[in-house]
Amino acid sequence: MSVMPTRRAVRFAPDSLREIPTQTVDCDLLIVGGGNAGCFVAVEARRLAPSLRVVIMEKANIMRSGACSAGMDAINTYIPEGKTPEDLVRWSRAQVGGGPLREDLALSNAELLNESVDDLQRWGLPILRDEDGKIRYRGQWDISIHGEQLKPIMAERAVASGAVVYNRVAGTGLLMSGRRCAGAAGLGVRDGKFYVFRAKAVVISTGGAGTLYKSYTADSTDSGSQIWMCPYCVGSGYAMGLRRGAELTSLEQRWVATRTKDFCGPVDTISVGYKAPIVNCRGERVMSRYAHLGGDAAPRFIRANAPMEEWLAGRGPCYCDTRHMDEKTVRAMMEDYLNERPSFVLFLASRGQDVTREPIEIYGSDPYIVGGHTGGGYWVDMARMTTLEGVFAAGETAGGNPNKFVGGCCAEGKLAARGALAYMRGREFAPPDAEDIEREKARVYAPVLGRAQEGVRPVEMKERLQRLMDEYAGGVSQFYRTNEERLDYALRHVKMLQSQFRHLRAEDPHELMQANETMDRVDVAEAVVQHLKARKETRWPGWQTRSDYPERNDAEFDCFIESRRNPETGVVETFTRPYERIVPGDRYTA
Amino acid sequence: MPPVVDVHKCSGCAPREESRCEEVCPGDLMAVDIAAGKAYCRNPRDCWDCMSCVKACPNGALATRMPYQLGYFKARLRPVMGKGVITWKCVDIYGKERTYKYRNRIIPDT
Ligand SMILES: Cc1cc2nc3c(=O)[nH]c(=O)nc-3n(C[C@H](O)[C@H](O)[C@H](O)COP(=O)(O)OP(=O)(O)OC[C@H]3O[C@@H](n4cnc5c(N)ncnc54)[C@H](O)[C@@H]3O)c2cc1C
Ligand code: SF4
Ligand code: SF4
Repeated sequence: MSVMPTRRAVRFAPDSLREIPTQTVDCDLLIVGGGNAGCFVAVEARRLAPSLRVVIMEKANIMRSGACSAGMDAINTYIPEGKTPEDLVRWSRAQVGGGPLREDLALSNAELLNESVDDLQRWGLPILRDEDGKIRYRGQWDISIHGEQLKPIMAERAVASGAVVYNRVAGTGLLMSGRRCAGAAGLGVRDGKFYVFRAKAVVISTGGAGTLYKSYTADSTDSGSQIWMCPYCVGSGYAMGLRRGAELTSLEQRWVATRTKDFCGPVDTISVGYKAPIVNCRGERVMSRYAHLGGDAAPRFIRANAPMEEWLAGRGPCYCDTRHMDEKTVRAMMEDYLNERPSFVLFLASRGQDVTREPIEIYGSDPYIVGGHTGGGYWVDMARMTTLEGVFAAGETAGGNPNKFVGGCCAEGKLAARGALAYMRGREFAPPDAEDIEREKARVYAPVLGRAQEGVRPVEMKERLQRLMDEYAGGVSQFYRTNEERLDYALRHVKMLQSQFRHLRAEDPHELMQANETMDRVDVAEAVVQHLKARKETRWPGWQTRSDYPERNDAEFDCFIESRRNPETGVVETFTRPYERIVPGDRYTA
Repeated sequence: MPPVVDVHKCSGCAPREESRCEEVCPGDLMAVDIAAGKAYCRNPRDCWDCMSCVKACPNGALATRMPYQLGYFKARLRPVMGKGVITWKCVDIYGKERTYKYRNRIIPDT
């Protein structure tokens, strides 16, 4: 059987580590996170090496997990006839304000992009076409789909490939054999077991990090996790490597997007696809203020930040002006929403809103670390190997190469699988260090073993972190601005939180997962703050705004900011890497 | 905000070891109260409103609700899963109903 059975949660009240069963699973390739990229890693690895033992460790159930749980309405990148992979890289570069970005990674991804999307279509994904049978483009690069079933379609292929799936096991840490990675550990969130996966190579594809920052929709509402990114992808994949001394890149380039106000629904869909311009309270076209930067085609961070600048200048609220739309177009737009964020349609209905009379209000989202959108993630080589031997990154976890989205994450999955296969060739199995395994087990289970003592609930620490990051490290309540003093304040308090991990308490396996998630969030947040401190300029207003250094400073910062946490001392150091341009053409336009 | 459970319709998915809603939730939020034999959400504030559980419930026992702080009383949105087709029925706070039906998967003819 290739999907291990899961059950409802069991009573779980261990009094000592010895009582907690450890289940050891051996494989060749371990995939941590069976999302969009993870499913593609499995399919590609088994296609190229049919006898390879591939295991997926997934904290949820791969049929509905991660970013694509609710479905998708578009594939944001698919190279149209007459355009080349270089053109796509030029576009991606312009979207991030001329870089820096890893053009080497971007180009290799673009070369594999269309065939990856074609796979999805062959597997049953409906891609919308016009009357002549041509794929329907919504903008320059993105195509419309009816992707409600996107996640099950990918997951079924991963299962059919023969990969063995362990659902409801949340990865907590990498296991090492000396300097080389020898697998990963996980917490069984239903059975409470400690899982030890021993592998020759590990691909981390756990998605990005949402929920580091507070969302304004969480204030005084019953919706604490109603954000744009998947709130169950909390940055654990970054944390696992960070704790082992992996190099991370560009975390300061956070993803912030314009989203519908009060209930996080898509905006690009309306404004690009349905030609519904962004207007302020006076009905003025907001992007016309940015004509010198491309107007409606300005870089993504400019478009994301523009409505917030209007608010600050006293010209909010802002809207997507849908008032000109006819019944047929509105229907198509609603179907888009239903495919991607169905509950937003419920939201409109609960406001009794007719969008042909009342435009859709918009606002900025909370910031996310998502290497499939912006640059934050692992520094990887062309094989998608991180700076840790035997650890690969795919999808949102891989940094330096923004604008991947669904199609690019599929392609990255293939590339990471190929990289891992090449790495494993001729390599023997290396058993993980036994003491290392026990240390990880003790770390993971401490909150449940201490449950009888007074302490801190995981949700309390999570919310403390989210408020801290929001107010001091450039969250939405601060219109994304921060400065050196606020970042130092944030760091001081992140350190306090780290020193209080030992007070975390958990009553059951689910809460124990939450305790571990919260520790991961805090560790990732520390690295994010260090990155924000290191970039003493403002390169991508909104994504990264330093009120004490409001200008771009090419002389010093036209480069990558990198970080590494020393595994012995726990100290995070930051440094730079040069930006290498490969693709010719103007950096700022495409 | 998590889905509300219609206890008259919810069967607890007996005799399955794991109910459909708890099997599918990406946040591990749905569970079945063994004594009552009914589903509940263990951490209401953690729900993403992705509606995966609503789609998975074989008895139509789950409905996503807008928290009142964000939207008014009472709108409804219900997905009906068909083979390669999905149908959504939406009723707004004024009782106006709309139906959306379209293909969500290409199923080979064989
Ligand atoms: C609401 C929304 C709408 C979007 N719309 C579009 C669109 O229209 N077009 C487009 O091209 N892109 C879109 N995107 C972006 C795109 O979906 C993502 O970039 C892409 O799917 C990410 O793929 P991934 O594999 O890196 O992450 P995911 O697909 O999120 O996969 C991560 C997986 O890891 C699992 N996981 C997390 N932590 C652990 C752990 N500790 N242990 C084990 N497993 C773990 C998760 O459960 C999940 O299965 C959208 C994203 C969102 C959130
Ligand atoms: S899937 Fe439906 S019937 Fe089954 S336990 Fe959940 S709510 Fe009840
Ligand atoms: S709507 Fe989604 S996140 Fe909320 S309980 Fe249902 S499956 Fe879980």
